[in-house]
Amino acid sequence: MPRTVVPFGPQHPVLPEPIHLTLHCEDEIIKEAVPAIGYVHRGLEKLAEIRDHNQMVQVVERVCGICSMIHAAAYCAAVEQILGIKPPPRAEYLRVVWSELHRMHSHLLWLGLYADAFGFESLFMHFWRIRERIMDVMEATAGNRVIISVNVVGGVRRDLTPEQQKWVLSEVDWVEKEVARLKDVMMNDYTVKKRTVGVGILSKEQALELGAAGPMLRGSGVAQDMRMTGYHAYGELGFEPVVETDGDSYARSNVRFREVLAAVDLVRQAMAKLPDSELATAYKGRPKGEAVMRVEQPRGELLYYVKSSGGKYLDRVRIRTPTFANIPPLCAVLPGLELADIPVVVLSMDPCISCTER
Amino acid sequence: MLHMTGTILRNLFSQRATRLYPIEKREPFAEVRGELLFDVEKCTFCVRCQMACPSQCITVDRKAATWACDAFACVYCGICADTCPDGALSHAPAYRPVAREKSQMFYQGVLKEKPKKAAPAAAPAAAPAGESPKPEKAEA
Repeated sequence: MPRTVVPFGPQHPVLPEPIHLTLHCEDEIIKEAVPAIGYVHRGLEKLAEIRDHNQMVQVVERVCGICSMIHAAAYCAAVEQILGIKPPPRAEYLRVVWSELHRMHSHLLWLGLYADAFGFESLFMHFWRIRERIMDVMEATAGNRVIISVNVVGGVRRDLTPEQQKWVLSEVDWVEKEVARLKDVMMNDYTVKKRTVGVGILSKEQALELGAAGPMLRGSGVAQDMRMTGYHAYGELGFEPVVETDGDSYARSNVRFREVLAAVDLVRQAMAKLPDSELATAYKGRPKGEAVMRVEQPRGELLYYVKSSGGKYLDRVRIRTPTFANIPPLCAVLPGLELADIPVVVLSMDPCISCTER
Repeated sequence: MLHMTGTILRNLFSQRATRLYPIEKREPFAEVRGELLFDVEKCTFCVRCQMACPSQCITVDRKAATWACDAFACVYCGICADTCPDGALSHAPAYRPVAREKSQMFYQGVLKEKPKKAAPAAAPAAAPAGESPKPEKAEA
């Protein structure tokens, strides 16, 4: 049978950001998928040549429009490694609190978009309704909704007062209650399961071989989460990675759903243990040397490589984002699927293209 | 069907999740970094905000005692307000209102006041003052 080529993206109703897939089909069955990226490249790594190491914090925050705080925290941790300083314990815990709030809002955003991808618009609105509370928490505690700009090299810029902590905990309780209410719809609904169970299966071997990251990897039964390395204050908190074994779209959504609840738990733990100390460690001089920092973004492992020779500007900032790692596994999953299932499977990877292209 | 009844009843008697926006507005949170406010009376034109600004939108001219900010390049990170030793920069909790015409922030300070105000702040300002002429020249 002759092959038909169907272009998927860069503009597609299901995609929040532009990625192009050339789908080679036989009848309605995908035989090959060829990805193409480069539609939103901004050259943020290059900006390191004209921004000093403090100004770069605000630059790397803009790599991703969803998990900006985690990018900045990873970058700051890498520069702190080079400088040989350690942020105060309170700053480490506050970074965990804001990181987990970012993870919650990122996963809720994705759960909504995912529901929208299989045509469940009211579920989409419910997830985003819950997410709005977290956006309010971030706006009230850090001064902005997404790009919260709390990190500086050496620590954080903002503190949480006891009243704010109380309020954040009550909001987080509300979020947990509301998310739990949606569990039945997201995980046990007949139509939802019809679209997701057994669709786009990524085996454990494939996931490891192709270098999948984050929920894509954990959905296939690999218990790998950078938070297990204990960066920031994660080492002092009780944390276990969320793992599912089926490797299909349903497993990936289940991982993210459970991670929202795990993030709620981590926020509570971090708040309960929040130590008293300064917010930032003072330091002198400019960074000289190189460092690698790996953190867990909502989409998976994020890697920062920073190199500096002690000059005004850094020599190199290299960012490897999880979506970039997840594109090869995605292309391995697509062959054999029906054309109508492609939007759901592509979205199950949680593509963040602006991260990927920097 | 019985399962749905509970949801329907709850939705009937619960509050609405959205606001009727133009009629009903939420007050901004106190900590929000909204519009950038600048008090030219307090400014000593020390150039620290210009050096710290990540988007490089602030231009300070020491000799002419002017302070300018490209409000469209500003990213509202609040670094300048944190850096300012004189407390001349701050953020209002509300965002800039919608306008029909583009306007930039430009302030003309008074040169006479500069030596008076700079004198007590001379000791802490000594360190960056040594560095600042270089980038100032490079960017001018």
